[in-house]
Amino acid sequence: MTALVRARDVRRDYPLERDAVHALRGVSLEIEKGEYLAIVGPSGCGKSSLLNLLGAIDAPTSGTVEIEGRNVGTLGDREVTEFRLRHIGFVFQRFYLLPILTARENVELPMAEAGVPPAERRERSTELLRYVDLGDRVRHRPSQLSGGEQQRVAIARALANRPALLLADEPTGELDARTGQEIISLFGRLNADGTTVVVVTHDESLARAARRVVHMRDGQIVQDGEVPHG
Amino acid sequence: MRLLLAFASLRRNRARTLLAVLGVAIAAAMLLDMVMLATGMRESFRALLLSRGFQMRLTPRGTLPFDTEASIAGASTITSSLRARPEIDLVSPVLGASVHVLRGDSSITTFALGVDATSQGDYQLAEGRDAIAPNSFVANDDFLRATRAKVGDTLRIAAGFDPQLRTHSGERALVVAGRARFLYLAAGQLAVAIPLRTLQEMTGAAHEDRVSLFMVRLRDTSTTASVKEWMRTALPTIDVISTADAMARVDERLSYFRQLSAILGAVSLIVGFLLVTTLVTVSVNERVGEIVVMRAIGVSRAHVVQQIVLEGTAMSITGAVLGTGLGLVTARYLNAILSRFPGLPSAIDFFLFEPRAAWTAIGLLAACGVLAGLYPAWRAASLPLASTLREEAVA
Repeated sequence: MTALVRARDVRRDYPLERDAVHALRGVSLEIEKGEYLAIVGPSGCGKSSLLNLLGAIDAPTSGTVEIEGRNVGTLGDREVTEFRLRHIGFVFQRFYLLPILTARENVELPMAEAGVPPAERRERSTELLRYVDLGDRVRHRPSQLSGGEQQRVAIARALANRPALLLADEPTGELDARTGQEIISLFGRLNADGTTVVVVTHDESLARAARRVVHMRDGQIVQDGEVPHG
Repeated sequence: MRLLLAFASLRRNRARTLLAVLGVAIAAAMLLDMVMLATGMRESFRALLLSRGFQMRLTPRGTLPFDTEASIAGASTITSSLRARPEIDLVSPVLGASVHVLRGDSSITTFALGVDATSQGDYQLAEGRDAIAPNSFVANDDFLRATRAKVGDTLRIAAGFDPQLRTHSGERALVVAGRARFLYLAAGQLAVAIPLRTLQEMTGAAHEDRVSLFMVRLRDTSTTASVKEWMRTALPTIDVISTADAMARVDERLSYFRQLSAILGAVSLIVGFLLVTTLVTVSVNERVGEIVVMRAIGVSRAHVVQQIVLEGTAMSITGAVLGTGLGLVTARYLNAILSRFPGLPSAIDFFLFEPRAAWTAIGLLAACGVLAGLYPAWRAASLPLASTLREEAVA
């Protein structure tokens, strides 16, 4: 297998007035193409900080993060934005769909930004919404959808530009158990179809669904192992 | 997609957007009115001066037309010498005086112009014949209404009145030959135009061969300076006022209006700018999470800025277009009020609509909309993604 993501001795400090918070203290991690990885650990252990670095929405204080062989910490704002657009998909705990757009328009947004022609955008957004079982909700606005449906639209949006890496930060955090289970199944299906998935979660059932679990504590990886699946 | 996002954002809070657009419309209306006021009276006065093609006015030294009772002696000689100049196309001698229309024991006082009907530039005949015959005159509507006279009637008119003896002098029976619109007189002012010779005879020795001013039309405006120079030398007791001189004096006297309109226009512009900035800032603050997520999923900083600036610009342009209509209506209303100002020619417009003025107002407000959106847009697009997402998640 080939390393899709390679983080080497990554540190991330958040300076305060007199001191600094050391969110990550020398984290090294490799993620292969096609993996399904869960990052778990107590609150404040640095999970989300690591995810932000893996998704190139933050830069390390020291160390390097390479995605598809590119050191994303050295890219300028324009380049790193373009990189996120074409190579990384994000799913957030609170969905963050644009309430003024329909489900289809939300999914089309990253494609429009990438310059995909309208006809192709329409075809792919329909296909993606069908994939997440929302083929009959394309014209609905987020306020007309349940939490689980909104998160599925967010997943479809994350997949819009066929990213190499899908990152999810507590994707079931705002959902009830049954709806969370639907999202977990969807991530499993996505991974089975070839998407590399990394999730940060407190949800044990979501962590168990992953093939590899990374445990963090105090800004460091304390355990990294495969999850046995019957 | 950016256009869709911008308009969808504006629709999200319709009442607020509507109120902001109305606010901008009022600012735009005031701005347009001020732009119209700044240039309107000047341009209107200029058009009035040139309406009959007379580029020069000759008045008694140190006076303006009809601002004193001073007059120019030797009018017939001066008229002949002016008419002899090859550069001069037309000379119109004018005498101004008060006359009294006698009606039994009472009389109605009116302003009279003594003119040469063949060369006059003071009125436009609307009905009947011109005042060619020595015993005829033309009058305006206000005069005919006040005297209840009509074209063809004969009226007894006197040029002088002795208040102690309560007797009139210079009395003549004159026929109303026509109805005319006087160009330079105030609204409501009663006026008649009588043949110059007749009025001079009626006013007696005081105005014998005298006029209040000459109006001069040149064949070619490029000779204005040389003709003016000749007049200054040949006619030392006379002031020569060209249209340019008159406009300079008007500019001087209207500087108050221009300063006032510039200040009020600037205030309107600032109010519009602050209104849009406030609205866009509030709107942006409400959706920081959305904006940061857009940036996180790969929407460029420039596109976020463009979308937010579009929102401000759309509000400003919509308000400015509505404000143009509102400004035109209010300008018409204000013009009607100001036109009744005593002593001003009724033909003067304070608010002169020119498409350029409307485009200026719309353009200034559109530019304000762009500037108003820039700061909140740039601030939103420059938010640090990771920390803002964390704050939003905690919130």
